[in-house]
Amino acid sequence: MAASTPTLAAPRSPRRARRPNTELYSWVFMRASGALLLILIFVHLFTNLVSGGGVSAIDFGFVAGKWAKPVWQVWDLLILWLAMIHGANGLRTIINDYATRTGTRLTLMGLLAVAFAVVVVLGTLVIFTFSPCPPGAPADLLPSFCTAG
Amino acid sequence: MTATATSPDTSAAEVPTFDVTLRIRRFDPDAKAPVPYWQEFTVTAHGTDRVLDAMHKVKWELDGSLTFRRSCAHGVCGSDAMRINGVNRLACKTLLKDLAPHKPIVIEPIKGLTVVKDLVVDMDPFFASFREVMPFLITSGNTPSRERLQSPEQRARFDDTTKCILCAACTTSCPVFWTDGQYFGPAAIVNAHRFIFDSRDEGATQRLEVLNDSEGVWRCRTTFNCTDACPRGIEVTKAIAEVKRAMITRAI
Ligand code: HEM
Ligand code: SF4
Ligand code: FES
Repeated sequence: MAASTPTLAAPRSPRRARRPNTELYSWVFMRASGALLLILIFVHLFTNLVSGGGVSAIDFGFVAGKWAKPVWQVWDLLILWLAMIHGANGLRTIINDYATRTGTRLTLMGLLAVAFAVVVVLGTLVIFTFSPCPPGAPADLLPSFCTAG
Repeated sequence: MTATATSPDTSAAEVPTFDVTLRIRRFDPDAKAPVPYWQEFTVTAHGTDRVLDAMHKVKWELDGSLTFRRSCAHGVCGSDAMRINGVNRLACKTLLKDLAPHKPIVIEPIKGLTVVKDLVVDMDPFFASFREVMPFLITSGNTPSRERLQSPEQRARFDDTTKCILCAACTTSCPVFWTDGQYFGPAAIVNAHRFIFDSRDEGATQRLEVLNDSEGVWRCRTTFNCTDACPRGIEVTKAIAEVKRAMITRAI
């Protein structure tokens, strides 16, 4: 028996069963969410910065007025969630690129997950519990539909 | 037409020569302190010479310890991929005159594989990925008693990826491979493509399955370094995109 003969697996030995399509869906999601974000973000920028009174019109009243309408609540919620999932998934890719040691990778992934959860939960809460007419605030800073002072 | 009185000049015009400096990244594993270092050599080269010729001159006339791989010296065997002036190329296909030879020419081993000595790297991980994609014809049933026929169109479908010489210029030009050595790399995907799109082959599903791995095609970020690096002019990034598309159509 020659000691130097390399042991080769039989060419058609059974391979690991079907691999999950996780990376495939992640790849498709990056492109789909990117395309959606393009529309969402540019409409967002246009309505906030260009249309109406432009940049100078942005104040508490402007934001409060927007979030009083369900359309903009849903719009901003979509931006928040899509950008956060897209961004977090992109960072996951970068962590997988650079973190070679398991410990480093798990630590960074953990930090990423925490940051993701905090921003998404906080942002979602703000969008839905935002009070456009805080009592006691000067009326000239509030949106026009706030009646009682 | 009669010959003119002046005797025609039959001797080939003298090829001009010039001095060229090679700045080579060296590493001697047997040295007392094995650390990589730069060393410059100046040799006289012909205007028609390639980088490989200049390196031969160094090895044969100045320093026999300079170590690099080459076999065919004509762009066929894929032995001498190296990083020349920051770009992966075959030393045997790169003319000195195309490299601004008045400046030192910087020669380094290809990146992302362990350097064994000077310009020789350990190619084992590269070939391991190549073997993973099963680069051989997979069929079922009885072997036919004649050739497996294929139309010119069917052959053209994967013609580009048959040209690979496994030089590793593409894989070692890929920034994903530099940081994540587990990535299969462009060359393995090119060679999977060669069989996945071959009408005679029946192993496409198995190969797509292998490359659907988290270290498979989805690591590719479309940097196009591989396409630029390939000395055979293979559209590597396009081949990778076609494999991705095949996986997506299969999954949906
Ligand atoms: C404006 C619309 C956007 C489009 C069209 C877009 C598109 C893309 C695409 C296609 C990728 C995948 C790249 C690849 O795999 O090679 C990607 C990656 C990435 N995106 Fe976006 N994106 C957009 C917005 C955003 C936003 C708002 C963020 C941050 C929250 C973000 C963060 C990232 C990160 C971190 C990556 C990973 C980068 C990498 O793989 O190296 N993107 N983007
Ligand atoms: S695809 Fe081109 S660069 Fe890559 S190994 Fe094959 S011949 Fe070399
Ligand atoms: S020596 Fe064979 S390809 Fe250059």
